Amino acid sequence: MNELVFFINNVVIAGSVTGSIYAIGAVGVTLIFSIMRFAHFAHGDMMTFGAFMVLLLASAFPGAGAAFGVPAALVLLPVAMALTALLAVGIDRAFYKPLRAHGVKPIVLVIGSLGVTLMLQGLIRLFSGTGGQSLYVDDRKEIFRLALPFEGVRVPVVITEPQLWLFGITLAAVVGLHFFLTRSRLGKAMRAMSDNPDLAQASGINTNTIVAVTWVIAGGLAAIAGTLLSLDVTFKPDLSFFLLLPIFAAAIVGGVGHPFGAVAGGFVVGFAETLAVFNWSVLLRPFRDSLPEWLTQAGNLAFVGTEYKIVVPFFILVVILVWRPTGIFKGKVI
Amino acid sequence: MDTRRADIVAAPSRLPLREILLFLALLAAVLGVYAAMGSAYSTRMLVEASCYAILALGLTIQWGYAGQFNAGVMGFVALGGFSAMFFSIPVNEAFWGSELPGELGLVLLAMIAAILVVLGATRLDRLGVPKRLRTVIAVVLGVVLYLVVINALRDVTDQIESQAGFIGGLGLPVGVGWIVGGALAGAVGFFIGRVCLGLRSDYLAIATLGIAEIIKAFLKNSDWLTRGTATVSPLPWPVPGPAEVGFTLARAMYLSVTAVMIAVIFFLLSRAYHAPWGRMIRAIRDNELSAAAMGKDINRRRLEIFVLGCILMGIGGAALGSFNSMFDPQGYLPLNHTFLVLVMVILGGPGNNLGTIFGAVAVYIIWIMSEPLALFVMELAVAFGEGAFGWEAPTNMDSRALQARVFVIGLLITLVLRFAPKGLLPEKIKHVA
Repeated sequence: MNELVFFINNVVIAGSVTGSIYAIGAVGVTLIFSIMRFAHFAHGDMMTFGAFMVLLLASAFPGAGAAFGVPAALVLLPVAMALTALLAVGIDRAFYKPLRAHGVKPIVLVIGSLGVTLMLQGLIRLFSGTGGQSLYVDDRKEIFRLALPFEGVRVPVVITEPQLWLFGITLAAVVGLHFFLTRSRLGKAMRAMSDNPDLAQASGINTNTIVAVTWVIAGGLAAIAGTLLSLDVTFKPDLSFFLLLPIFAAAIVGGVGHPFGAVAGGFVVGFAETLAVFNWSVLLRPFRDSLPEWLTQAGNLAFVGTEYKIVVPFFILVVILVWRPTGIFKGKVI
Repeated sequence: MDTRRADIVAAPSRLPLREILLFLALLAAVLGVYAAMGSAYSTRMLVEASCYAILALGLTIQWGYAGQFNAGVMGFVALGGFSAMFFSIPVNEAFWGSELPGELGLVLLAMIAAILVVLGATRLDRLGVPKRLRTVIAVVLGVVLYLVVINALRDVTDQIESQAGFIGGLGLPVGVGWIVGGALAGAVGFFIGRVCLGLRSDYLAIATLGIAEIIKAFLKNSDWLTRGTATVSPLPWPVPGPAEVGFTLARAMYLSVTAVMIAVIFFLLSRAYHAPWGRMIRAIRDNELSAAAMGKDINRRRLEIFVLGCILMGIGGAALGSFNSMFDPQGYLPLNHTFLVLVMVILGGPGNNLGTIFGAVAVYIIWIMSEPLALFVMELAVAFGEGAFGWEAPTNMDSRALQARVFVIGLLITLVLRFAPKGLLPEKIKHVA
């Protein structure tokens, strides 16, 4: 049973955490992909930017959370979301819109977004330094240890406060996005534009508004993902670089242009990562007596070491591109 | 798209004034650096710039000739650097004298056998096995054999690390490592290209970004192969080293080697550019549909050009690695080895080889010179802040000042794309009257 608890701690919980982060990030990427038709490489840095805004605000108002009994970072998250959304719209106006107006190929927009990535990275590092910082400025990170009511179980299931918030907020964001896309006028217009931009424009949809709304949503979601990830671990300026590949893999696995596919893809990639670095010989330990010796001799049955974690999203990406480039949910054929 | 119409007017042959002016300015800048920083430093800068020019030529044929965007130049550079290291450094007797080479060879054979078995399993449907069952068999076999081989490999590599340190080099001439470096980079490029080139170009950018990080992670963590973070030095040079003939002369000789390489590559590339093959490549870039309608094999041509570019990057990376005389996997940074090369290409003129070389040298000079400049500006700002507002500067100002250069590179990329999408020396389009 201890091994099972170990599995829950290291795979179920850890996988859900990374999965949720990837899911929120991939939704933003896939929305931008479906409206503006290019892979937005600066998304990871928009996450970092959102987390950095929270860090600045939390350092400025460390007592903000005490009134509600939650960490200050979470109370200030909506402000950071608004700032990041503003940044996203501003970046679009300043850098992407002129390129679009020139009618360049989408790949030029990709290069432009790489330029934006570098600018954001440079700015964030210039102001925050290159080290890591905790978003818990004045609060304490609660850690819950749930002992299971079984005999012989000594290891508790460990879950932290930011992880619980992460699950809650991910769920709220996905449900909220679902209602926005299916019920509201703007959301329907977004879907129309994603399906056929020319037809959408011809039927009187203001494409400029839709583009702006997309950036607002993507920026807000990026701020959520970045903040929750930084709450769970620590804030680091180079957070974004290791997020980019898994997020794109998630968006492509889910089918580009499918927000819910992106959520599914995020969890697929997140769980694949944790399953691949998990040492499976731990689970064989209880059956040591009944298994052949050569199997129990193997000390390390992890697929990849943690230092090669980045191979997993890449492998998934290659498999999906070879086997089914449109993703599991049949996204846009591109 | 319509902006290209302006070029279609047949230009009368004229004095290449723009080229002459730009290269004169570049010459003045180089002489200025020589006057300011001394000849040993400046020659080193020129050698590095020439290695970067080879990388930039690789990227310009991918991006400029064919419109493929490679966001992982760093990975190919690192592969080249690894190959230069592995083939040129002396043989490690502690490794070759033991029974470890045999064991490593056995594991590698087992790896090849496992790959063949799995590949065979994917063809089982030809023997009448249902396709679904075949897929299940292949996947299960792949997982099991992978675990077996990887565990055996881990055992052997752990032994190598504990007994011999690392496997050392092969002690061959430097040139062999450079050529193999190009071949290795080309092989990786072939794999990536096969997967991505039939799809939208965005996917290629994502995949190359990923493979670059994987190559770096592999080289950094494979202590048995590369000594990882412990780094390997010194790497031999193809010419007499600084210890024998002094810094300036040794570097000048190295520069002559890279200059000859650039000249050869430049000559071959311009032959290819003006050949029917180059015309076909540009036709595919400019209008894929009509090229396909003419019966051109688009994916094959794309793969050719992508692999060719990767080979050049591998060779350039090998030359750069040998020159640094130290193999440090952590020294490969996306900023220095991917984005800097990208700026060189798009600023110099994608598709124009001369412009690319110009861009490489010019951007590298700016890049090297911007480091003291950034520190100086930051010091000024700190002094001003302290004097005017009593602001206490954080202690790690130096490392932050260097981050400002990241911002400038990013700004440069976006501005060039916006205002000079064809670069300083645009691609010349020849027309028959």
